[in-house]
Amino acid sequence: MYAFDIERPTRLTDAVKLLSDATDSQPLGGGQTLIPALKARLAAPERLVCLSAVDEIKGICTADDGALCIGGGTCHADVAAGAGAYPALASLAANIGDPAVRNRGTIGGSLANNDPSSCYPAAVLGSGATVVTTNRKIAADDFFEGMFTTSLEEGEIITEVRFPVPEKANYQKFEQPASRFALVGVFVAKYADGVRVAVTGASEDGVFRWSEAEAALSSDFSAGAVEGLSLSGDGMISDMHGSGDYRAHLVGVLTRRAVAAAG
Amino acid sequence: MPEVKMTVNGKPASGQIEGRTLLVDFLRENLGLTGTHVGCDTSQCGACVVHVEGRAVKACTMFAAEAEGMEVKTIEAMAEPDGTLHPIQAAFQDHHGLQCGFCTPGMVMSAAALLKDNPTPTEAEVRDYLEGNLCRCTGYHNIVKAILAASGQDVSKIAAE
Repeated sequence: MYAFDIERPTRLTDAVKLLSDATDSQPLGGGQTLIPALKARLAAPERLVCLSAVDEIKGICTADDGALCIGGGTCHADVAAGAGAYPALASLAANIGDPAVRNRGTIGGSLANNDPSSCYPAAVLGSGATVVTTNRKIAADDFFEGMFTTSLEEGEIITEVRFPVPEKANYQKFEQPASRFALVGVFVAKYADGVRVAVTGASEDGVFRWSEAEAALSSDFSAGAVEGLSLSGDGMISDMHGSGDYRAHLVGVLTRRAVAAAG
Repeated sequence: MPEVKMTVNGKPASGQIEGRTLLVDFLRENLGLTGTHVGCDTSQCGACVVHVEGRAVKACTMFAAEAEGMEVKTIEAMAEPDGTLHPIQAAFQDHHGLQCGFCTPGMVMSAAALLKDNPTPTEAEVRDYLEGNLCRCTGYHNIVKAILAASGQDVSKIAAE
């Protein structure tokens, strides 16, 4: 790692102030991705602004409209334990990384990083959630802008994510056996006004919605409804773990499994 | 250099650090607590697992500055001051849950975190919880057996495979 300064504010306003001054600063969530990136010298900020002491962006609650609100600084283990109102989301959080990683990594950090193989983007896009930041509210459909890219601006911090709770939902992750990241992951959520299907791990553009499957499932929520649908391998990630065609095939398989498991 | 203060194994600890000083380096180099090991330094192997505020974390993937004011517990605090092993450590010894011993501090700290939340885990739950702890010697069977034994469960019928 290159040398940097580290600040550990306890108030959100102080964190925002630090991130907006002249020093080249980067926010540090749980660090489970950023610290390995710093070690590999893939990131080299002059200063890190550590968010782990900002208690006001941690915790889980239910809003008046029934949405499940999760603070951006909430770690995966706390979501796994505390998001019982949205079981598919709690289960997704319970299967990220390993227990020690889940005690540090945060939902806000994961979303801001938007790793093309991470789990949370699928839940956020698949639920049509709202990402609340220090500046504004961003609809999930406007938040993800491709691999490791989001609509967040410099110094903008994710304070909360609001998930409308679906009637039924399920997340299926096909793990890359060494890293445990999603080789492909599919999140299916059925709402009164339709079904959303979000896919992570597959596309070179990061998480995306599979609109054909959404249309088919909205009229018939059964695994059979998506039986004949398939995606092209073009634009899918192709690497030593699997070809683009293989990933495209997995999307179909996992979507059917998710629908079946959602019941 | 900034100063960091925390409580390590029940005692106040402080030291001068750099921003980039990892918690594991602070424990090992500033405090001389070399029981916490660095295996991979990439948060894969879990040899560096310690408890921070009672929760298992990988000390190679947390900065020392982030532990400011916190309670940290390392493998050195598991045994009694007179050397009597913690029940998990004793079970590792009884059931041959270690060979070279390099991963053992992390295994014991992870096991302690598991048994705190889930006092009588199933074999599958133990294996699942150890996902982030790698052992290259034992093949895991005796580690799992030791943890089940430490939880007070009868392991006499589990064969050493």
